[in-house]
Amino acid sequence: MSASEAFMRWRYRLIPDHVVGEILSKNWIDNAIPIIFLGVAVAIFSTILPGVMTTGSLAILARVLGEYLFIAMGMTLVLKAGGIDLSVGSNFALCNFGALYLVNALGLPLIVVIPAVLFLGGLVGAVNGFLVGYLRLRAFLTTLVTLILVRAIVELLSLKYSVAASYSTTPVPQWDFLGAADILGVPFSLVVAGVVAVATHILMTRMRFGWHLSAVGGSRRSAFNIGLPVKRIVAQTYIFSGVFTAAGALFYASRLGSTSGTVGVGLEIIILTAAVLGGNSLGGGRGSVAKTVIGTMIVVLVSNALIRMGLRTGASELVLGSIMLGAVAIDVKWMKNRLKVLNKAYVSPTFLSLPPNPETREGSGSVYEVNNKLGDVGVIGKGELDGPEDVILDEDDNLYCGSRHGDVVRFFAPDYTRHEVYAHIGGHPLGMAFNSDQELVVCVGGMGLYKITRDREVVKLSDETNRSLLSVIDDSRMRIADDLDIAPDGRIFFSEATIRYNTSEWMLDAIEARGNGRLICYDPRDGSSRTVLSNLKFPNGICMTDDGESFLFAQTWDCSITRYWYDGPKKGRREKIIPDLPGYPDNINRASDGHFWCGLVGMRSPTFDLALRMPQYRKRMVYRVAADEWMYPNMNFGCLIKFDIDGNILEVLWDREGAKHPSLTSIREHKGKLYLGGLFNDRIGVYDIPGADPTWTGIKHYWGGKKDG
Amino acid sequence: MQQVLRGVSLNQEQMVLAISAVLFVLFSVALESFFQVSNLLSLLQNVSILGILAIGMSVVIIGRGIDLTMVAVMVFSVGWSFSMYLDGMAIGPALALGLLLALAIGAVNGILIAYVEIPAIFATLAMATAISGLGRFALVDTDTLFITQDLGLLGQIGSGRLGAVVPMPVVLFLVLACLAYVGLRFTRYGAFVYAIGDNYMAARNNGIANRPMTVLMYTVSAAIAFAAGLIMTTTVSTVNTKLANSTMVYDIILVVVIGGIGLSGGKGSIRNVLSGTILIGLLLNGMTIMNISYSVQSIIKAVILLAAIIVDSMLNPRDEQTSQQGDI
Repeated sequence: MSASEAFMRWRYRLIPDHVVGEILSKNWIDNAIPIIFLGVAVAIFSTILPGVMTTGSLAILARVLGEYLFIAMGMTLVLKAGGIDLSVGSNFALCNFGALYLVNALGLPLIVVIPAVLFLGGLVGAVNGFLVGYLRLRAFLTTLVTLILVRAIVELLSLKYSVAASYSTTPVPQWDFLGAADILGVPFSLVVAGVVAVATHILMTRMRFGWHLSAVGGSRRSAFNIGLPVKRIVAQTYIFSGVFTAAGALFYASRLGSTSGTVGVGLEIIILTAAVLGGNSLGGGRGSVAKTVIGTMIVVLVSNALIRMGLRTGASELVLGSIMLGAVAIDVKWMKNRLKVLNKAYVSPTFLSLPPNPETREGSGSVYEVNNKLGDVGVIGKGELDGPEDVILDEDDNLYCGSRHGDVVRFFAPDYTRHEVYAHIGGHPLGMAFNSDQELVVCVGGMGLYKITRDREVVKLSDETNRSLLSVIDDSRMRIADDLDIAPDGRIFFSEATIRYNTSEWMLDAIEARGNGRLICYDPRDGSSRTVLSNLKFPNGICMTDDGESFLFAQTWDCSITRYWYDGPKKGRREKIIPDLPGYPDNINRASDGHFWCGLVGMRSPTFDLALRMPQYRKRMVYRVAADEWMYPNMNFGCLIKFDIDGNILEVLWDREGAKHPSLTSIREHKGKLYLGGLFNDRIGVYDIPGADPTWTGIKHYWGGKKDG
Repeated sequence: MQQVLRGVSLNQEQMVLAISAVLFVLFSVALESFFQVSNLLSLLQNVSILGILAIGMSVVIIGRGIDLTMVAVMVFSVGWSFSMYLDGMAIGPALALGLLLALAIGAVNGILIAYVEIPAIFATLAMATAISGLGRFALVDTDTLFITQDLGLLGQIGSGRLGAVVPMPVVLFLVLACLAYVGLRFTRYGAFVYAIGDNYMAARNNGIANRPMTVLMYTVSAAIAFAAGLIMTTTVSTVNTKLANSTMVYDIILVVVIGGIGLSGGKGSIRNVLSGTILIGLLLNGMTIMNISYSVQSIIKAVILLAAIIVDSMLNPRDEQTSQQGDI
């Protein structure tokens, strides 16, 4: 191996490229950017402004944060349903003024003031809601106009009543408590905001109204067409926004008692920046309370730091405006391109150098030499089957196979012309075996390990295993349970081809050629599943040997067959008995003479072998070429091999013309005949094995002796 | 409601003109200082700035956009020019730099909207905030710049009078209106603006370069904002940067929408701007003569704008089945 290949092998072994795509595929990645932003902002400001992170400074920040959070949560609800509320700044000023007037001029008790102010805010919200929701006006422009309107009303009111509202003749004792009190060192406003945040979160994620919001924001037309009262839902969000703004204003009024004309000016920009920066989408559909909390924290911190830096007026406007534009730009582009980026970044090829490809040409004298032994096999169920990946026969000679439609189909002996749906599982059965009770155990792609009892009841055995410690994607769930075999003690060993792709995308795993697969052991005694071996290159067929301590498994992309000792003195040992197959091995099964059959689903080609050694080339292909044009391994033409336990190839069966069975994934010997299945085939083949034991059956051979003894 | 509105034989432009005529007669009879040549001329002069800005806005709105940065651009591009001029730079280069700034801001608006695909109204609102911040932070030192020097011929732009009677701003407004009319009506770019506003995807499918055209629209509106600022500054010899925080930009939208240019784009022409300008000019002038306070004026204007938007949405209704997702 050349130095550059050695380098490449280590480079792809040590640097986990696939993690990038896995992180991008996570839902929390949306929140990661704002959180990083927050961390950076805290780090920068606490370095350049030593005073920012002191308790006294934080206490004021926390009060402001509490007030802003209310307004921002209202904005979140509006944004989530696809609207926008710019009138919050004026509404805030109106409610602030109203609260001060009620308390200071009229001397009303809090029990009256609080509902009255919340009602006032809700009233402004209701006007917005009526205009935007019911009259179907443009939210942005309409709330801009109500912004001006309410602001003008506040100006008029403060001309008349500001003196009366500023000073109190009869102090209301609890009033100052709202703005000044602490609960366990946390400002009262922040405590209440926290409680309301939790309630709003529950409302948005766990209750009908929240789901309706998501529906309207995600696709207003669809929400309308399924009969949701779109107009009412939209209108309600504005009322929420108005009431929440009033709540924020109450705390503000109590804290500062200011009737100045600048109260709430530009607040809508701050709140909108907070909401969008946290990751709530303009235009609706995406938004949560958590995003809003993060965004509000950033904005409060940044605007406070800007004030403390003592920059000239205008700086904070400039920074806020720019942050908002940047946040929206990221949001728009991210929403639009996320899936595209993910699709490209997710596939991450690695280096794989296969041993030299054995010769298969006719007349080459090679053990793999092409012949036409499968040229005239019999055919079962032609045109009636769709994807019989695995076949198996029971003691009464009935034949079972899977289908892409999620059924297990049974063909009746002896002529196999009649068939029925034995059981409907729901996923594509990819591997089958009978256990000692003659129950059919099935590996179902996309679902896991299932059992069909003799009463045809489908029982789930396992669909998850232990999650590995450092995996980014959730690898506890089974994606492609592929083939299984059952140890004499009843433990079921089965392979999961890959943890990174679903059944429909299994071919993408070939482009990666990383060890994404694993072997899992299901123990029926306690119902647990544990991963036995991981980082295998598309582990596929599994077949027990007769020693009761080991089994053979095939790794498809590695073109190899390995023996693994799961018990006995050699427990845990692995031995590659065939390292260099000329094709991609699939299922392995026992032969009547004590050896093993294995189907090669496709033959290797020099081009793809070369591509496997050039991961950058495959990466470029994934990035630049449409998915339809990607280079995949050959899956159109394979053959059948028989080998012994030491890895010697004993026999090879080909269908030279490719007319009957060019591609094979599964073989099952039964009473002197070989039954052939294929993932893409529309039939099952029957081959008469010359000289085979006509009474040998897999079940009797494997379970027969053991059951009696 | 739609049926009723459509049943009326007058179109919106004629309705606006009729209301204007009624208001004119009403004010002439009721307000004694209204029907005087000096007042009418100052009315025209005051409203012509608004009219010029409305021309720029109408170009953008016809192209299914909106430009909320116009007032900020007007104030700070011209303010920067005169700030540099007052610091000793020659007037020519100072104005050229100011114009360049305006064009650059317009282009940035266009790029944010066309290429980054931020909704127009949001992009320009955030840009307006950023521009005001930038202006105060870096471009103009004081709230108000007083231009005491004699600007010579340049000063005539704002304070001159054609034939010693008609104020130059009015003349320039009409000239710009004619230019915009010709541009929108008779050039291919004008046709593209209408096509984009009428149906964005269809325009794109027909091979119109939507994105560059959008950038062009916002650049044009920024240039017109600069022109309006120059005229205003030379008229009153001051630059008042506080204007950027005022609600003036909504007056512009008011003129455009009242005139009958639909906010959904593709409809209306410069003639609508003229009739809208006249109505709003009358209204503002009448309210000022009646000594209505600024706040009450704001309320009245806001209510009228709201009414105009409601009427607009009834004339150009949005259908649940055809409206765009995320169209805010």
